Amino acid sequence: MKMHRLGIDVGGTHTDAVILDEQHRLIAKTKARTSPDVSTGILEALDQVLAQPGVSVDDIGFAMLGTTHCTNAITERKNLSTVAVIRLGAPATLAIPPLYSWPEDLKQKIASHTFIIDGGHEFDGRIINTVKDEEVDRVIDEIRGKVEAISIASVFSPVNAEHEIYVGERLRRALGDDIPITLSYEIGSVGLLERENAAVLNASLMRTATMAFTGFRKAIQKKGLHARLFLGQNDGTLMSVDYALRYPILTIASGPSNSLRGGAFLSGLKDAIVIDVGGTTTDVGVLAHGFPRESALAVDIGGVRTSFRMPDLISIGLGGGSLVRTDGESVTIGPDSVGYRLIEEGIVFGGATLTATDIAVALGRVDLGDASKLPAGILEIAAKADIQMKQMVEHCIDGLKLSADPVPVVLVGGGSVLLPDQLEGASVLHRPDNFDVANAIGVAIAPVSAQVDRVFSYGEFKREDALALARQTAIEKATEAGAHPEEIEIVELEEVAMAYMPGDAVRIKIKAAGPLTVSDRSLQETNS
Amino acid sequence: MNPRISVKDVEDIAIGGAVLGTGGGGDPYIGKLMAQRAIEQYGEPEMIALSDVPDDEFIMLAAGIGAPTVIIEKIFRGDEAVTVFEALEKYMGQKAYAIMSAEVGGLNGVIPIAVAARLGIPVVDADCMGRAFPEVQLVIPTLYGVSATPMIIADEKGNSAILNTISNEWTESIARAISSKMGGMALSALFTMDGKTAKRATLDGMMTYCMKIGRTLREARQHKGEVLDELLKVTGGVHLFKGKIVDLERRTDRGHVRGIVTIQGSDNFRGQTASIDFQNENLIARAGGEILATVPDLITIVDQDTSYPVTTEGLKYGLRVNVIGIPCHKEWRTPAGIALAGPHHFGYDVPFRPIQTMEQPA
Repeated sequence: MKMHRLGIDVGGTHTDAVILDEQHRLIAKTKARTSPDVSTGILEALDQVLAQPGVSVDDIGFAMLGTTHCTNAITERKNLSTVAVIRLGAPATLAIPPLYSWPEDLKQKIASHTFIIDGGHEFDGRIINTVKDEEVDRVIDEIRGKVEAISIASVFSPVNAEHEIYVGERLRRALGDDIPITLSYEIGSVGLLERENAAVLNASLMRTATMAFTGFRKAIQKKGLHARLFLGQNDGTLMSVDYALRYPILTIASGPSNSLRGGAFLSGLKDAIVIDVGGTTTDVGVLAHGFPRESALAVDIGGVRTSFRMPDLISIGLGGGSLVRTDGESVTIGPDSVGYRLIEEGIVFGGATLTATDIAVALGRVDLGDASKLPAGILEIAAKADIQMKQMVEHCIDGLKLSADPVPVVLVGGGSVLLPDQLEGASVLHRPDNFDVANAIGVAIAPVSAQVDRVFSYGEFKREDALALARQTAIEKATEAGAHPEEIEIVELEEVAMAYMPGDAVRIKIKAAGPLTVSDRSLQETNS
Repeated sequence: MNPRISVKDVEDIAIGGAVLGTGGGGDPYIGKLMAQRAIEQYGEPEMIALSDVPDDEFIMLAAGIGAPTVIIEKIFRGDEAVTVFEALEKYMGQKAYAIMSAEVGGLNGVIPIAVAARLGIPVVDADCMGRAFPEVQLVIPTLYGVSATPMIIADEKGNSAILNTISNEWTESIARAISSKMGGMALSALFTMDGKTAKRATLDGMMTYCMKIGRTLREARQHKGEVLDELLKVTGGVHLFKGKIVDLERRTDRGHVRGIVTIQGSDNFRGQTASIDFQNENLIARAGGEILATVPDLITIVDQDTSYPVTTEGLKYGLRVNVIGIPCHKEWRTPAGIALAGPHHFGYDVPFRPIQTMEQPA
């Protein structure tokens, strides 16, 4: 029995699919259009890739999906649900209201209703204030019919989540199951603002996520694949579809992790800057010793501070579908994109919207559509747009470089044809084979992870024993999830003291990850 | 005309304060947002030189007291500091001419800015330690016999207390217990001093020094300079260790965050392991059985890529860091200073050895 991997990367413009054998050799690749419903695009990519010679449905043991849906939704401020943001903690925390440091446009798009109401706990588990049912009910009256999702964050919920759970349940009973509710303690750790931000973003992504991820599951089932399904997440590891449906925020920035891993794999370089140009955005990240360089500081998503660990990268609104506008003498590019409608709306495809791809055609960097459709005077616009695009990307390189010396640069992603062959700050520019499917390759070879979140009493356990047990459990769970037991590493470890509990209790959060094991067919299950 | 403290200055002070905070002193991000919001709501406060405080006018300190891990969860209500300040003025029967920071390191470097903005009084360009320390009595004014009390302490719920104590050690002990009962973090107004005393017993120029460190880091990063070198230059510091965090033990204990972080060496330090003990602030750094630095000198952990400081609560398994040592203010290196805040005070049976003989910063 073979255990081939199917890697799919859904971008704003293209859905790429690759099939790799057990030795990670590329057997087949394809590019399809991303469709509005996602499923159709995935089906099309699947159809195409499965029809290629040497490919058999029965050989595919794993299917991995990396999607930029959620990232795009936030950076483009599109398809985001309106969220009622509820914080429990008053009178504490009033000095900094929810979303205080958020970009104004995102705040207005998502959060029309924010509340700081009584509730929350002290560090030692005592309550700051009891939750008042009548206050919660006033919130319910105010938001009924006016919001699409809810986020709840309570002070010290990582230590005691009962107020979040209680208020969440009261809201669910009053408003029904159709309004998804995100509780902050399930997503983040100690650090109210970052955890609250992550919960609000998660809630605002629920609708987009349900459409995207169930679309993936349906498409796989329809093709008769009996593969185990995974989704790429922010730390570059894989998670189950069910998990991703509850925590769509975790898919944020999985694309960059995948393109960095894919870029390393394809170029064979261990230290480089990888520029991934998609249809909507360009992500620029750093490979250090073969791994994505992680951001050590708090990570901004669309201008919002969170505490997720992610590759240290800069994202800009530049892609093959980026709108190119002229205003008198000046030319601007993006940040909005025609996305998957590129091949209808792009001028070379017979449409009426001037896109970055049209510019690339005008500059002779790529042969697509019908260049004769380009308007008169396009060369002048293209020359200006070229300078603009080059500067946008060079600015990113400059922002990520740690020294003044030029560094090797790897260009991946279908949109990288937009870019010139020389960039300031690059010592050498690589365009590896299969550059256009680097993300799909990256997600296909990603490690699978599992998490343990458990309270230990150091009165009962010695710290070393508790850590060893948590570590062991995480490794077992990762093995069950499909990771090779001998190659599993602990990628995250966190202890949160819960001083209010007798016996010096500590909450240990631990995450283990390892490459998928490909030899043991018994680990497989069908996804039905 | 005296300079005013802008939203942008607060940014630099917060970063500089995190360097001088040696891991403790509270999350400068939270303090920064508080100060910036206060400036947006009430206007930019003035900053005056220590020498400009008239000898017979009074200054007071406003400071948060408690565990730094609490503040990243239980943010202040916002007006506690004003409440305590006005209550202390009333109790003393003295109007405050200006407000001063107890410690530029961390949250307490920016809280006075928020209070000054709300009250419309100036901030003095000085502080009482030139770093951060976990206990009320560990300030230069203690060495000069200045009493911390009368002191007002209050929480966000509306509880408050007035303290009159026989020594600053007693102030610490009682105020700590109160702050713990108040939920691990409280606001206080304390150390009322006349201008004449303040000029002897506090550290001149510390706010601008702090701002300068923050600005140096920001500009060095913008210009792609050698950020670590720039940081060492502006602080007169030394590079103690480089590596990756491989273990972290951290607990909240009697109102403090205590623990040990273990760092596995890389590059020049490959094959070595360093450990740093902390009690809110980093206290003692060791490698291979040797002591690299101890309090009252400053031990700061910075991110390898950006050289931005990492607070005790920001320490994470896997983080790649540099450890730097910064000489403390000369007032701390006197026998009385070392007796007050040296390694013995924190329970370490090792002598204080200055990391480097340097000219004083600022």
